[in-house]
Amino acid sequence: MSAAKKLVADEVLFDWLLRRGDTVLVVGHRVSEWCGHSPVLEEDIALANIALDLIGQARLWLSYAGEVEGKGRGENELAYLRDAWDFRNLLIAEQPNGDFGKTLMRQLFIDAHQVSLLSALASSKDPRIAEIAVKSLKEANYHFDRSADLVIRLGDGTPESHKRMQDALDDLWSFTGEMFIGDAVDKVMASAGYAPLPEKLKAAWQDMVHTVMDEATLIIPDSGFAHTGGTTGRHSEHLGHILADMQFLQRAYPGVTW
Amino acid sequence: MVVPTDTIWQWLSEVPDPEIPVLSLTDLGVIRGVTWDDETLVVTVTPTYTGCPATAIINLDIEKKLRSCGIEDLRLEQQLSPAWTTDWLTDEGREKLRGYGIAPPVQTTRDTATDSNRVTRLLSGRDPVVPCPQCASRNTTKVSQFGSTPCKSAYRCQDCLEPFDYFKCH
Repeated sequence: MSAAKKLVADEVLFDWLLRRGDTVLVVGHRVSEWCGHSPVLEEDIALANIALDLIGQARLWLSYAGEVEGKGRGENELAYLRDAWDFRNLLIAEQPNGDFGKTLMRQLFIDAHQVSLLSALASSKDPRIAEIAVKSLKEANYHFDRSADLVIRLGDGTPESHKRMQDALDDLWSFTGEMFIGDAVDKVMASAGYAPLPEKLKAAWQDMVHTVMDEATLIIPDSGFAHTGGTTGRHSEHLGHILADMQFLQRAYPGVTW
Repeated sequence: MVVPTDTIWQWLSEVPDPEIPVLSLTDLGVIRGVTWDDETLVVTVTPTYTGCPATAIINLDIEKKLRSCGIEDLRLEQQLSPAWTTDWLTDEGREKLRGYGIAPPVQTTRDTATDSNRVTRLLSGRDPVVPCPQCASRNTTKVSQFGSTPCKSAYRCQDCLEPFDYFKCH
């Protein structure tokens, strides 16, 4: 593509692609931490499979990011050889798993975001973004169905399960606002027709989440406060610990293959 | 050595899927194209699920098969669009699945796509009826949305009591 034809500068597109790839990579790694620890075997398998889907999606986004950057970094270098301040994931992705209920609540918020975002990206004017979105959306829809089903069952379940789901909702709510706060990068992407403004996704997300919470008999907190910073590289203390685990092999044995 | 593409397709139809070996790669519908670029054979493959661990093995198996058939100059290309769905499974593939004890998808992705409001559908509690691959009973229940691989969910037959995998419609 010639330079004159570019609607979005490479640096901007790169940054935006990292936001997509890093969010699914980090939450995918988080979900994979359940492997071997879930309350029942079926859920263990389900969580491992969801983690696989998310990490698969991360590979598509990060591969594209590496090509756009043009410095010879591929998906592996981007995933394993950057430090926390270079990650662009939403803060909610790095929040600790907590109990099973908290993991499900985090997943519901992320799945609903993925469904609303990827649906819009399916008609992106950047054909590569559109094809990754179409591919990933099928998976996100399926994940959302599962998260919603379990949040409803546990929220509208026993007093103990209800309490845990309400606690999870209260804990995580302030990390959802970041999904809908756009910045200069988002504006450039939107004006090129490459991606929607994050603010535009809020109504669809709320529709999904509110319906599930009503059915689950859970009360959404009043507060509109939102933690922000993930998409510009200012993270909570948790990300460094995730990277220490996730990047160990490539750091200790650089270039190792099998 | 330029071999007719029909012959290449025939060879590829003999390569089993690494996770569900009763299916061949052509039954699965993941081979999107076989062409010659001068002296180089180009095989275009599409992934089933983005994170499917079998994708790398599929590529390896294609390469192994074609090299064993005497193809020396070979290039594999990945193609994402149009995205693979279970609609790409051939009718023969569906029958093979059933015979193997895995229920094939009961809907097309077009059926599921029209359910645009996912929450409403979810709250209605209506799952599609998946007949048991063992006894054909329609009295079955979903145990878990994911089964032994990312492409399947776990079901149980209420009549013959056998658990079974359902190749989810995706």
